[in-house]
Amino acid sequence: MWRQAYWNEPLITEYKGRGRQGFLIPKEEIEIEINVPEKVKREDGPNLPELSELEVVRHFIRLSQMSFGVDTGMMPLGSCTMKYNPKIEEESSKVGENTHPLQDEETVQGNLEAIYEMQRWLAEVTGMDECSLQVPAGSAGELAGVLMARKYHRDMSRKRNEMLVADTAHGTNPASAAMAGFTVIYVKSNSEGLVDLDVLKETVTERVAGFMLTNPNTMGLFEENIKEIAKLIHSIDGILYYDGANLNGILGIVRPGDMGFDIVHLNLHKTFGVPHGGGGPGAGAVCAKGKMAKYLPYPIVTKNGKYELIKPERSIGKISVFHGNFGNLMRSYAYVLGLGSEGISMIGRMSSLATNYLISKLKGVRGFELIAPHRFRKHEVVFSVKKLANETGVTAFDVAKALLDRGFYAPTIYFPPNVEEALMIEPTETETVETLDQFAQALKEISETAYKNPATITSSPINTSVGRLDQVKANHPSSLTPTYRVYRAKADMKEDINIER
Amino acid sequence: MNTHPWLPNLSRVQDMLKEIGIEELDEIFNDVPKDLVIRHGLKVGKEKPLSEDEIRGRLSQLSESNAKLRYPPFLGAGAYPHSVPSAVKFILSRSEFYTAYTPYQPEVNQGLLQALFEYQSLMAELLDMDVVNSSHYDWGGSLAEAVLMGYRVNGRKKVLVPESINPYHEEVVRTWVDGREIEIKKIPLADDGKLNLDFLSKVDPSEISSIYVQQPNFFGVIESEIEYVTDWARKNGVISIIGVTPLSLGLLKSPGELGFDIAVGDGQELGIPLNFGGPYSGILATRMDMKLVRQMPGRIVGMTEDVNKKRGFTLVLQTREQFARREKATSNITTNEALIALANAVYLSLLGKSGIRELAKEIYKRSHYAAREMERAELGKLKWRSDFFEEFTFVFKSNYNRIFQALLDRGIHGGLKLTENEALFCVTEVHTREAIDEAIRIMKEVS
Repeated sequence: MWRQAYWNEPLITEYKGRGRQGFLIPKEEIEIEINVPEKVKREDGPNLPELSELEVVRHFIRLSQMSFGVDTGMMPLGSCTMKYNPKIEEESSKVGENTHPLQDEETVQGNLEAIYEMQRWLAEVTGMDECSLQVPAGSAGELAGVLMARKYHRDMSRKRNEMLVADTAHGTNPASAAMAGFTVIYVKSNSEGLVDLDVLKETVTERVAGFMLTNPNTMGLFEENIKEIAKLIHSIDGILYYDGANLNGILGIVRPGDMGFDIVHLNLHKTFGVPHGGGGPGAGAVCAKGKMAKYLPYPIVTKNGKYELIKPERSIGKISVFHGNFGNLMRSYAYVLGLGSEGISMIGRMSSLATNYLISKLKGVRGFELIAPHRFRKHEVVFSVKKLANETGVTAFDVAKALLDRGFYAPTIYFPPNVEEALMIEPTETETVETLDQFAQALKEISETAYKNPATITSSPINTSVGRLDQVKANHPSSLTPTYRVYRAKADMKEDINIER
Repeated sequence: MNTHPWLPNLSRVQDMLKEIGIEELDEIFNDVPKDLVIRHGLKVGKEKPLSEDEIRGRLSQLSESNAKLRYPPFLGAGAYPHSVPSAVKFILSRSEFYTAYTPYQPEVNQGLLQALFEYQSLMAELLDMDVVNSSHYDWGGSLAEAVLMGYRVNGRKKVLVPESINPYHEEVVRTWVDGREIEIKKIPLADDGKLNLDFLSKVDPSEISSIYVQQPNFFGVIESEIEYVTDWARKNGVISIIGVTPLSLGLLKSPGELGFDIAVGDGQELGIPLNFGGPYSGILATRMDMKLVRQMPGRIVGMTEDVNKKRGFTLVLQTREQFARREKATSNITTNEALIALANAVYLSLLGKSGIRELAKEIYKRSHYAAREMERAELGKLKWRSDFFEEFTFVFKSNYNRIFQALLDRGIHGGLKLTENEALFCVTEVHTREAIDEAIRIMKEVS
């Protein structure tokens, strides 16, 4: 049986140590008087802990033992591509560790060379002409992409204020489009979960700037009409945007550029092995083809005898302050070298093989349903457990919690929005057949238990550090506690902390 | 390919195909138009997978192509060389943290959630603010989001930023807010290198959405008349935003004490190496005013309890986020910089109340020592007589390019060139007196 550690660990701010320090500050004997202007002088040190190095280390080690990562167990999170992060990547991230982003270009030729190579490699695997690795994450790449589309249409002196988004899209697509000032128009999918061409035809007008699409889509299905879709969008000179979150399912098999996409973003923390870091940092890329390349965010690296940083002619500007998350770009650099052309060509194949193997293993699990079961999935699959919920009261949420109890991380749930009680599963190419078998077995057993004794499922998890959390208390304005400071103030009730101006 | 350490099922393909009921692996892709399928070998990496030693070899080549500097560079401008405690690196390398996902499943990620709550809490103490999100990309991104928050609160479309804003941050803000067609206006510089506050009497405050102050400003100068700005903003319904370097807060009044609505900055100073510009971490904090909190982008961890009344932590106010609100979300941000926030939490816990103050004093002293000695060596003059922290703008008597090159020839990277004879120098606790003295000797030789 799987069990997670539980330490009744106080908050670091609750430790009672006084007069201690966990790090020695270097001192130089220098006669300099401190003359900070009185008006902005801080009178006393901030209210931080006073602890020794051991106290701090032990505290965070205990917290780490109450956490779960890919190195702990399988994380079949749909659309998140939680693949194994090879350890050699950690050495790779040290290459530019002590280099400053504003150093003279002559002094950082090694860093620039690595960026240049990554730009070339990512352009090659996506079928694009040029990449900018300036974006720190996927949605930042999307923002860059939609801003590029906006600037392009402006340059063409057109008013294009609508951005089309598939109804199966990741939430970031409409959010990014809105940030760039577009009105979002949803394109409804057909009964098989694919873009409905007839619906699309009606939506494509002279007001449309472009279409944001994921292929394979969030159902794990390949949009087989992609050529017609591209033709339609290009018929009004719209921009076809590729959300690269799902690239893992087709990496090495088919390229967005060849499908007719104009701009692509990549999540290097999904497809290219960068660890997720508990939610970040990731790393991103935004790549473009033909007329769109000159709009990419700057700087990008070019080779002119030496490696140089340049600004594309009509660049939209900067998405992050310096060169993006370089330390993570280096991690993906090592990942690509470790696979080579041969290995990369197997990623889409092996990740999709794992998905379809798992589907096969889950055939006939009671209460689990699949839309368009005759279609092969790619990197991920979405099951609906609506039937299970109706017949036993056990929801997708409960299934997720029951998986935690069995040592598996939960799949993505209640997404995409067009599937009720959705479980979105992505095994990735790095989980073994044996693990896939165990995972399928766990789901089967959860389903059987749901029909026999649903209460044991709806009361899970019990093997994790804590049980289900009170979300009402967590979110209600009267009890909302986002920091220890607010906790103290609410406990004291001495100060009114909800100041409305 | 029949074996690879990261592709464990290569040896089991046939068994798996049999289970699925197909003959060929590529049948899975029968819905991909045939003419689109890649028929050539992709030019990516090297042809063959490289072994760890081969990868290491390539990494050494790249490292060799970078200049070997003898001391940390005298460069700041938004990225600062500081010492990174071993304990920070050690904690960050814990697999349970660094290979974790966003903690949407709180029961199995209490440790990570508590650590992020602690980051928020420690940062709140440093800033004297109530609510801190669990990180944004970097300072520029945080500032852009703060401007967008202000716009959503009062619907106005003009933003005031100082002439002395970090230009790299400004560039990010301009890019991000372009879609909302927000206009950025500059508050000029006064003769002492500080904000020219007379300018505020010349604007129509009813048009201004937010006002931004950077402390210390891009040129290193400490702004002293800040409370005037917050008073002015409060009177006119303008959102006040301050950008700070976190270590300066060991010595300087906090955003909260000065009365700001929003504080931004970068967590890089707190336990993160230079990394050639990233990953860093955007700090974004606000007062416990629900009007502002509801507009806060990104993730926030909150305290609650579990079914057994044990204390527990979970992500809160998720209805603000993209996966719930789509085009109506406060931001599109998803992946953030959580691991960097964790580093900040460990760093602040290690240094603590006394350490952060001691370090700020040491940085102050060393930067002032360098400036004083550069003047004594008659290399030129400080551009302003105003007090500064960590960075200072120096006007050389002669052309800075030559001076810079002379330093570089001796393995020392000088300050950031601003004009033909002006440079921005950054001096912190990693610059020994010996390094400073040597740099000055070399500069003296060529000027």
